[in-house]
Parts: sequence; C-alpha cells; structure tokens
Amino acid sequence: MKNMRMKGFKMDGGVLPGFGPTLGYTVFYLSIIVLIPLSALIFKAASLSWHEFLEEVTAARVMASYRLTFGTAFLAALVNAVFGVLVAWVLVRYRFPGKKVVDALVDLPFALPTAVAGITLATVYSSNGWIGRYLEPLGIKVAYTPLGILVAMTFIGLPFVVRTVQPVLEELEAEVEEAAVCLGANRWLTFRRVIFPTILPALLTGFALAFARAVGEYGSIIFIAGNMPMVSEITPLLIITKLEQYDYAGATAVASVMLGASFIMLLSINLLQWWSRRYAER
Amino acid sequence: MDATVDWKLDKTSTVGHKGMSEPNSVRWLLTGVALLFLGLFLLVPLTALFTQAFEKGTGAYIAAIREPDALSAVRLTLLTAAISVPLNLVFGISAAWSIAKFQFPGKSLLITLIDLPFSVSPVVSGLIYVLLFGLQGWLGPWLDLHDIKIIFAVPGIVLATIFVTFPFIARELIPLMQAQGNDEEEAAMVLGANGLQTFFRVTLPNIKWGLIYGVILCNARAMGEFGAVSVVSGHIRGFTNTIPLHVEILYNEYNYAAAFAVASLLACLALVTLVAKSIVEWKLKISS
Repeated sequence: MKNMRMKGFKMDGGVLPGFGPTLGYTVFYLSIIVLIPLSALIFKAASLSWHEFLEEVTAARVMASYRLTFGTAFLAALVNAVFGVLVAWVLVRYRFPGKKVVDALVDLPFALPTAVAGITLATVYSSNGWIGRYLEPLGIKVAYTPLGILVAMTFIGLPFVVRTVQPVLEELEAEVEEAAVCLGANRWLTFRRVIFPTILPALLTGFALAFARAVGEYGSIIFIAGNMPMVSEITPLLIITKLEQYDYAGATAVASVMLGASFIMLLSINLLQWWSRRYAER
Repeated sequence: MDATVDWKLDKTSTVGHKGMSEPNSVRWLLTGVALLFLGLFLLVPLTALFTQAFEKGTGAYIAAIREPDALSAVRLTLLTAAISVPLNLVFGISAAWSIAKFQFPGKSLLITLIDLPFSVSPVVSGLIYVLLFGLQGWLGPWLDLHDIKIIFAVPGIVLATIFVTFPFIARELIPLMQAQGNDEEEAAMVLGANGLQTFFRVTLPNIKWGLIYGVILCNARAMGEFGAVSVVSGHIRGFTNTIPLHVEILYNEYNYAAAFAVASLLACLALVTLVAKSIVEWKLKISS
C-alpha cells in the first residue's frame, strides 16, 4: 500500500496520458447523473421555510415511520451480524457437501430483484405460506406486521456481514491461534480474545452496510409490511404516498431527512473501512 | 477462492493439534444452525418462488409470459439495461483510469461521491428526477412547452436506472487498477505505444475479469430495479412498465400465478448472475 502510494507520487505528470479527459468526463458524468439531481432535492427542501420543514419532518405519522424504519433496520442488522459471523465462520473453517453452492447462494439477496424478493417473502410468511403456516399456530404473525419488515430487511442485508467478515477470517494466520492455545487458552477464549477482536472492524463495517441498505429499502418490504400508517409504514413508502398525493413539499422534506441519514451512514462506513484497513495492516 | 482456502483448512484441521479446532459436536451444531438460517431465508423462498410460478401448470406459465403486456415489459427492461450498462461502463473505465493511475487532490472525496448512489434510498433516487424533470420541477415547464416527456416515460426510467447502477463498474475497477500499478502501462508507453494502444493491449487484458464482474452486477441491478423506477414510471401498462413493475401489478391484482411466472424470469436472471459471478471470482483468483 505504502509502496504504491510512493509510486503514484512519482507518476505526477508522468508518461501516462489521458488524465485530463478521463477526469473531466468522470466529473461531468457524476455531476449530470448524481450531483445536479441531488442538489435539486436540497434546493427544493431549502425553498421551504424552516417552520414548514420542521412541521413536515416531525409530524406524528412521519416520526412513527422513522422509528419503525431505523429501529427495525437496526434489529435486522443485529440479526445479520450474529448469523453473518456464524455463516462466514462455517464457510471458511468447515467442510460440508454443497459448500460452494451455499457460498454462491449467500449473494442471492444482491442478485434477486427486490420486488421478486418482496412477493416471495410475503407469500412464504403469510398465514398459509410454507413457513407462515407453522408460525401461525404459535401465535406468530409475520406477513403484514412489523415482524414482516424485520424478515425482509434481514433478507436484503444478509450478504453484507458474511462478505465483509469472510475474507478477514480467511487471512487469519493459524500461528496466532496456535500461540493462544500454547499459552493455555481454550477454544472459546481464543475466539473471544484473539479471533473476535480481529474481525470486529469488518463486522462493524458489514453491520453498517446492512443497516444502511435496510433503511433505504423499499421493494422487498412493501409487499410484506401491510403498510398501515403509524404501525407498519416505512419512511420510503411515506415519501411515495406524499408524492402520489402531489404533496411535493412534504415528500421533499422527508426525503431530505433520508438523504441526510444516507450521508451520515456513508461517512461512518468510510471511517469504518479505513479503520479495518489500518487494522489489517498492523 | 477454493484451492488456497481448502489447503489452509486442511492445515488447521489435520496438522493443527488439539485446541486448534472445535469438537465435532460443536462443528455440527454451528454448521446446522448456519444452514438452517440460510435455508429459511434463502432456499425456502427461492423454491417457493418457482413452485408458485408453475402452480397452474406449464401452459399458464407460458401464457403469462407471452402476454403482450409482459412482453412489452421485457422489451423495456432490455432496452433500459442496454442503455444504462454501456453508459456506466464508459464512466467506470474513465473514472478508474483517472483515479487509479494518477494522484490528485480531492481523490477520496471523488471516490466517496461515486459511492453515493449506493447509500441513497431507491425512492429518493427516483424522487430527485421527478423534482428535476416533473411538471412541478425545475425543467418541467420548459420540457412541457417543447412536448418532451421524461417523467412517466422511458427516459425517466433509464435515468433512474443509470443513477442506481452508477457505482457498480467503477467500484470494481478502481481497486483492481490501483493494485496493478502503472509499471506495465509505463513500459508500453516507453516502448512507443500510444495511449489507446496501451489501454487496449495492456490495461484491458489485465482488468478483463473485474470488468466483466462489474458489468454482470450492474446489469442484474439495472434489470431488477424497482423502487427508483416505480417513482418515475407512472405505471402505464404496455408502455412504461418494466418487468419488476409488471410483477407488482399482477401481484396487486391477486393474479399470483402470473406474477410469480413473470418474477421467475428475474429469478433466473439472478441465478445466472450468481453462477457468472462465481466463475468470474474464480478466474480473478487465478489471475491474481
């Protein structure tokens, strides 16, 4: 890494051509597709008076949707953190038939369009669905309740923790664990004191990625959520509802809160990734 | 991925002495719980999807897919991907070349901005184009005057798709080209190749698999995007419905068999994507 950076510095004004045109095109395309449209949202939100804006973004129905969206996304990311480490561990350390297929299947939530995931989960977890029918007698209703939102958010966030933790576990040197064993640590102590601290930065990165994805998710949730205002209405859906009622000011205000949240999450994820890289280099 | 990992596994499980690995009972338990979790969340839904699709028989399945509205949704989805993937490909290459091969101030900010569409909610991604081109938006009145339709029409769908798939290819290429350094390109230039020759003969073969990987992911998302496209589409049957939107309409009409039949097309695309991804990951591992 350090080596590369040195080389890069030497390259300043070096022999390779095309810096001007490629950077120019990159910035141009980025501006047209991302920056100008996003600034349209910010300008539109800024055209509201502070009072109007606050009223829009703190209305009871909107607040309920934040609590539901961010709270459930947090729970889903927690579920994925626990099971993500477990799945990564099993995939890296153990051998079992069909392992390669399972490994490839972990990415299914990335590849499966969200609407398809949504209608499938809603069907499987409905009261006469393949899984729902066994939960119904236990008094657990999943589809059309906030629990359904948790299931959908867990589904779409599933690959993140696995894919961030897996490479760190693969890189883990056997010597470190051997040393712990030689010093008299048992397996559980070795995991807690040696392995877990090593995967922690990657785990937190995966957690943050899963959380960020779940907060913004729309397609897979609306089919299973029931979408009752105050109870099971997520914030992205509320934006669409406002838009369909031609309440552009309301939609823009709530969307700018979501955008602000995205910025904060992106920043934290970058910091976490920087931390895990530094951690890995040590 | 496999050759090296398996070797390592062997080392830890057979050479490694007692205490270096868990008792068999714990291994079985952990593997069982992990597989149960993946089964409940991935395998059961995937199987249910295809079962539902064929619930009313193969005839109904084919009829649902050959229905004119479904076919027009397929055409629109293919068109959208055919425009947005190449545009993001050109952008990805250009961004990766400038970022990986040169040093300049503000580089990490640029990388962060390229990542931005990943963390923006799809609904917000659609909304920004409505605010820009919709009747109430900045350019809306002007576009209306000149009879140009972007929102609730195909251009809006393409734009929203470009936005949500924007980072995919650039993100794959930037770290790859950074890791490969500049030595080979510099050598080619010193030996008298021009810039384009250097790119096509030296850089491109090196980044080939990463590029294909990025294109596969970009294409999967472009064909499957729902939230952003749903905001800008207006859901006009036969005109502005992509496959995911068509699935939604069928589902909301309680036409489940048809909804799952059309959805199974997208599920097949997802499975093909996973297989292609595994192959490319394997090739990447070999070449590095």
